Amino acid sequence: MSIGVVVFPGSNCDRDVQWATQGCLGLSTRYLWHESRDLSGLDAVVLPGGFSYGDYLRCGAIARFAPVLESLVDFVDQGGRVLGICNGFQVLTEMGLLPGVLTRNRGLHFLCQTVDLTVASSRTSWFRGFDKGDVLTLPIAHGEGRYQCSEETLRRLEDEDSIALRYSQNPNGSVADIAGVTNSAGNVLGLMPHPERACDPLLGGIDGQIILKALLG
Amino acid sequence: MSQPLDNSTNYDIASALKQEGLKLDDYKEICRRLDRPPNRAELGMFGVMWSEHCCYRNSRSLLNGFPTKGPRILVGPGENAGVVDLGEGQRLAFKIESHNHPSAIEPFQGAATGVGGILRDIFTMGARPIALLNSLRFGPLDDKNNISLLQGIVSGIAHYGNCVGVPTVGGEIAFDPSYSGNPLVNAMALGLMETTEIVCSGAKGIGYSVLYVGSTTGRDGMGGASFASSELTKESIDDRPAVQVGDPFLEKGLIEACLEAFKSGDVIAAQDMGAAGLTCSCSEMAAKGNVGIELDLDLVPAREVGMTAYEFLLSESQERMLFVVKPGSEQRLIDSFKRWGLCAGVVGKVLEDKVVRVLQNRQIAAEIPAAALADDTPINKHELLTQPPSEVKDAWSWNESQLPRLSSSGISSLLSNSKKTDVTWNEILLMLLDDPTIASKSWIYQQYDYQVQANTIIPPGGADAAVIRLRSQDDNDYSSRKERGIAAVVDCPNRWAFLDPERGAMAAVAEAARNLSCVGAEPLAVTDNLNFPSPETSKGYWQLASSCKGLAKACIALNTPITGGNVSLYNETRLSDGTLQPIHPTPVVGMVGLIDQLSNVRGQAWLSENDSIWLIGIPLEQLNSDEKRITLGGSSYLERIHGIVSGRPPEIDLTLESLVQSFVRKGISENYINSAHDISDGGLSVALAEACISSGLGASIQLPNSEVRIDRMLFAEGGARILVSISSENLSSWEDFIAETIPVDSGVFAAQKIGKVTLAANLLISQGSSTLIDLSVQKLKTCFNQAIPSRVEFQ
Repeated sequence: MSIGVVVFPGSNCDRDVQWATQGCLGLSTRYLWHESRDLSGLDAVVLPGGFSYGDYLRCGAIARFAPVLESLVDFVDQGGRVLGICNGFQVLTEMGLLPGVLTRNRGLHFLCQTVDLTVASSRTSWFRGFDKGDVLTLPIAHGEGRYQCSEETLRRLEDEDSIALRYSQNPNGSVADIAGVTNSAGNVLGLMPHPERACDPLLGGIDGQIILKALLG
Repeated sequence: MSQPLDNSTNYDIASALKQEGLKLDDYKEICRRLDRPPNRAELGMFGVMWSEHCCYRNSRSLLNGFPTKGPRILVGPGENAGVVDLGEGQRLAFKIESHNHPSAIEPFQGAATGVGGILRDIFTMGARPIALLNSLRFGPLDDKNNISLLQGIVSGIAHYGNCVGVPTVGGEIAFDPSYSGNPLVNAMALGLMETTEIVCSGAKGIGYSVLYVGSTTGRDGMGGASFASSELTKESIDDRPAVQVGDPFLEKGLIEACLEAFKSGDVIAAQDMGAAGLTCSCSEMAAKGNVGIELDLDLVPAREVGMTAYEFLLSESQERMLFVVKPGSEQRLIDSFKRWGLCAGVVGKVLEDKVVRVLQNRQIAAEIPAAALADDTPINKHELLTQPPSEVKDAWSWNESQLPRLSSSGISSLLSNSKKTDVTWNEILLMLLDDPTIASKSWIYQQYDYQVQANTIIPPGGADAAVIRLRSQDDNDYSSRKERGIAAVVDCPNRWAFLDPERGAMAAVAEAARNLSCVGAEPLAVTDNLNFPSPETSKGYWQLASSCKGLAKACIALNTPITGGNVSLYNETRLSDGTLQPIHPTPVVGMVGLIDQLSNVRGQAWLSENDSIWLIGIPLEQLNSDEKRITLGGSSYLERIHGIVSGRPPEIDLTLESLVQSFVRKGISENYINSAHDISDGGLSVALAEACISSGLGASIQLPNSEVRIDRMLFAEGGARILVSISSENLSSWEDFIAETIPVDSGVFAAQKIGKVTLAANLLISQGSSTLIDLSVQKLKTCFNQAIPSRVEFQ
């Protein structure tokens, strides 16, 4: 059982994810260089936070063409678990693996805070042990985290119970307070908060552990 | 073979000298050193190398008094950054640098590239950047220009630091009219060495290749170093091309690729291209290695066509480095940089002949003895005043008897506003918390990613200093000991430095060390950033000299050597009426400290109800007007409430500082102290309010009955004072600890119980039966948190 962490040249939370999964949780983890197409032996893939290829054009707009992600579509189809954190979430929406888009925060500033979130769905196994309505505390750090989608998509997300996390106090203007969504199959989760920053007791909260542990089932 | 030197001198000497910021005497000296007149490109090289920014021509003699050695100091001034030994095989590189002038005319890119530049100084040494801090100064926020400078500079810092993945964990900001038009942007970076050898900049190995890595060279940032060494005028906006454009995405790759290259052992020497670009890196590497360097501009990756030798040599394009590498390793290194999407190529070689030789189109475009550029650079001599300037002496003559009458309910009138009478102490405290210099800086630090790298123990706003865990980014062994940390802080009481530059500088060092002590860290070493007006006026030079003297004295007394820093002069704005507005002298001190046990880190917030609150330092009863170490002179109270910047700032008693700080560190390491917060701007009452705001708990304080003026008791500043809280179960052992540690009637300092923490969220300060201050913590918090957003957010 092993986790792969994608490394784009501008990823900057790749090491933090590895520290959390391998260092704090003891889950076997290896890096996936953006030019590699080899996902063999992996049960889960994490797209970490950062600025993939600089993101000067639009977050994730270039990353969606990365060689490593060509293999990811098949990986998802075969039921592999994929977690997109922050920039990783942006990339997943650009790839169309998750619906919606992430635009600049309502206040137009980058925002680094620790926020309360409610678990909005217990359909998938990403939040095992949590019930709908339970509160998690996780750090956020993004400039473009305002989740937006059409009314139709929002209805579909609600109907299929794919809204995973909502902000208790919406920090960035996201539609319906959405902080994270899953695909309909439930094996892909994208979220703006950083679970890897809430795994190490020395740094404070450990609410992120549950999400990262779910990578390996 | 290359053709002989292009020694054409068909340029107008007077205007070329003006453009390069050189004097006629410099030109004569250049001709003497070369034994011929320089060509235009060579003159440009001298211009940047002999600027204040590169060679400290005005300040060098003053910096000589700094203590620079100590048992922990591995690298002192002169290299890209200082390095201290942390023990257990860990070494910390750190440095501060200013980007004031570029930020004044192009705030976003000016500030962003300031961050990029200081990061390169760190990883050039072989250290991975682990934290950033910044010290900023702006004019008041009632002026739209200042608001837009603040917004631009903060987003520039955020853009670069957030993208490159280095947490911005701390900083300080103050506002004063003297910075209108000339904001200050000082960025400090810390890095943990990842290589066994510290990478230095002296070139070695005759015939070895010189490798250029990173971004391409363009025309951006032409002559930034000479531009940074002159005053700002209305026309400065025309110098916008002298501001570089940063690319943090490239820098992120450059960090990884450089650290990989250094670990391979193939890199003999490295120098980043900061101020003065290729000129500076070649001449520094050659001069330090006592060798020569040949540079072929045709091999330098260019982003524009048709660039002249002058433009190549003076370009300050960002994200570039120069290496000297082991023979045979060139292709390996080039491949590794290309993997990160960076340019890399051999652009020259090390020469036995000690010259910097620049080739272009197979002709020698410049050839200068390396030592002529980099060694024995000219010094501007200035007369030092033997007496403080008269306006300074006048300010010192101010005394508290000039303040209005007061009573236990408040003060009868304000000197700043004659219409306002009978102002209560409550109102005054709220006015102080609403002062942007004192108020919460959360609007600013929330724009910085302060958590990335997963080591931030104390985020901004949580304590007197930032604290990060010492853990290599390559280290995934959770079981090994990771309980040690680094605390870092930047500080400068500029109002004090304006009123008394020596005391102000001493206070900067003392407060930085006190801040570190309050989180439980042992202060180790200093990096300084001297932001001053022109040294060419007698007052300006006196301010600079006095501050340097103060820094040296305090760093010696507190045992914190200076490992390097930066000097930024000519920080002044020419106003529309033609007069020059100089900034407050601003000797910023960046200090790092070591924490042996992260479980022993303390914040400023109260921890629990009924903890007793103690004041360490000079006791309140002693605050009569003979006590010069605590004063209202130069205080926030005097400026903010009465509109006066006058008086003499407190005398800095370094023996007292040292004793108080080590007492508090010991109290923390022995687990008596639950929280610690130093008394700074706004005095005792503001420090109490801040501890309440951070915790949400209240405090009930009983001041001793005394003849001392109430405003002096509540708002005076100075005196090496620290507020601590002690849990009730520890109280008797704490009292024993005091008795053992502080000799009775030592006369030096005392620990004085002044009140207790309350669950009721109210700050209550009384004296005898009178209530002086009674405010809800919610009210304090709203005022403190809204002060900056309410002034800068678009209405």
